[in-house]
Amino acid sequence: MPMKLTLRVWRQAGPNADGAFREYQANDVSPDMSFLEMLDVVNEQLTAKGEVPIAFDHDCREGICGMCGLMINGSAHGPMPATTTCQLHMRSFADGETITIEPWRATAFPVLRDLCVDRSALDRIVQAGGFISVQTGNAPDGNALPVPKQDADAAMDAAACIGCGACVAACPNASASLFTAAKVAHLGFLPQGQPERYRRALKMVAQMDLEHFGGCTLFGECQEACPKEISIDTIGRMNKDYLTGMLFEPAENQKAAGAG
Amino acid sequence: MSVSTLPAAGVARPPAGRVRRFWDSSVGKKVVMAVTGIGGIAFVIAHMAGNLQMFTPTAPAQAMHTYAAGLRKLGPLLWIARGGLVAMVVLHVVAALQLTARNRAARPSAYGRKEHHTSTWGARSMRVGGVVLVGFIVFHILDMTLGVGHPQFVHLDPYNNLRLGFQRWWAVGLYVVAAGLLGLHLFHGAWASWRTLGLRRPSDRPLHRNIAIAIAVLVTLGFAAVPVAAALGVFAPDVVQEVAP
Ligand code: FES
Repeated sequence: MPMKLTLRVWRQAGPNADGAFREYQANDVSPDMSFLEMLDVVNEQLTAKGEVPIAFDHDCREGICGMCGLMINGSAHGPMPATTTCQLHMRSFADGETITIEPWRATAFPVLRDLCVDRSALDRIVQAGGFISVQTGNAPDGNALPVPKQDADAAMDAAACIGCGACVAACPNASASLFTAAKVAHLGFLPQGQPERYRRALKMVAQMDLEHFGGCTLFGECQEACPKEISIDTIGRMNKDYLTGMLFEPAENQKAAGAG
Repeated sequence: MSVSTLPAAGVARPPAGRVRRFWDSSVGKKVVMAVTGIGGIAFVIAHMAGNLQMFTPTAPAQAMHTYAAGLRKLGPLLWIARGGLVAMVVLHVVAALQLTARNRAARPSAYGRKEHHTSTWGARSMRVGGVVLVGFIVFHILDMTLGVGHPQFVHLDPYNNLRLGFQRWWAVGLYVVAAGLLGLHLFHGAWASWRTLGLRRPSDRPLHRNIAIAIAVLVTLGFAAVPVAAALGVFAPDVVQEVAP
């Protein structure tokens, strides 16, 4: 049964242009389409009519790259928990429904066009400390460095972050705490991440503030929006690493820029 | 407030000392809010326990007088404690105002539609509730500590000051509402403070908060008990038998 939908889409010609919602009718939507496929069809119709298609970000379309990300009916990545926009199917909506589609809204994520935002602030947070410093060369033997099972699991859970920015989008404060905490935790749980562990938290938090993200007030909206179900527990861990660094990290390590 | 002091995105700050960097960071300010908040929770629980001596079965006026006079006997320690409390409130409020300003600046244009999935009434009322509570604290100190505007205030006779003060129906309402707001504030704060400090074990249900609920209920009921009992006439007239030295 094809569905008929009304789309209220945010259209904005460029970073400095004023944006507004515009309504489009989408008839003949298959419930088995993904949300992005539905937008593709709408865009083909717009193009055929000589209108400018709706710009939106996407890449892998299988929930692993983090490029897609839309505010759908007030929820980041739409109504399904643990699902990216590209993995969301139209059967999650009702026939005849009006769907509001907006870009992530945050000072740190300027709108480039329509539904595309610039998320390079997240990249700069990673550049500030989301790395380990090792000698390059041959890969070390797989079992040379024992990692306790629970630490490996916790690191993997945090490393599931695809950097889509849904946590920022869903947070009433537009805070990047869950993203930053996930990046701090996935290295900090592993032995290779220990040498720079506390410096990492200091530098990444400092960068997060510089990028004009808000702060964490533990609303919990981020973990609900996260397509990878990363827990707000990571934020407590980031804060603890940050505090430990503030209290005990020698001054020269706090100041040193880049790799140690 | 502090937003204008932030440099543009991506611009490095001039080098600053450790305390300055801590206070400037969003995590640092939250840590300050958590620590001062936990101090505040300890204070309100102690304060509430003191109030409940109103229900002493025999000679309650004497019990309350001895308690009040005992606090006064601490002398300089009392002033240190008062100074500490004021400092905690100031730090808590200043950090909250600055963080709120930053958080607002971080989302300047609102969504056309936004759903809330997990945030509680407690979390969403922290700012408004906090402002109301600060106003209440000022009124309460004027009313019950200094006796300004109180109908029959007698220094060091808290039993009768409370008993008579709560014959004003509006005061009963105000104190009960404030007790409820405090409970709501602690429903979020008593849970969030430990999480902010990273003192909670990882959990499958990080939003659960049994201890915070217990604290919130205890504090609300404990503080509401005295005005409600006074309004119901539970406190019989009584006098201070012996003025404590
Ligand atoms: S397009 Fe890659 S995660 Fe959605």
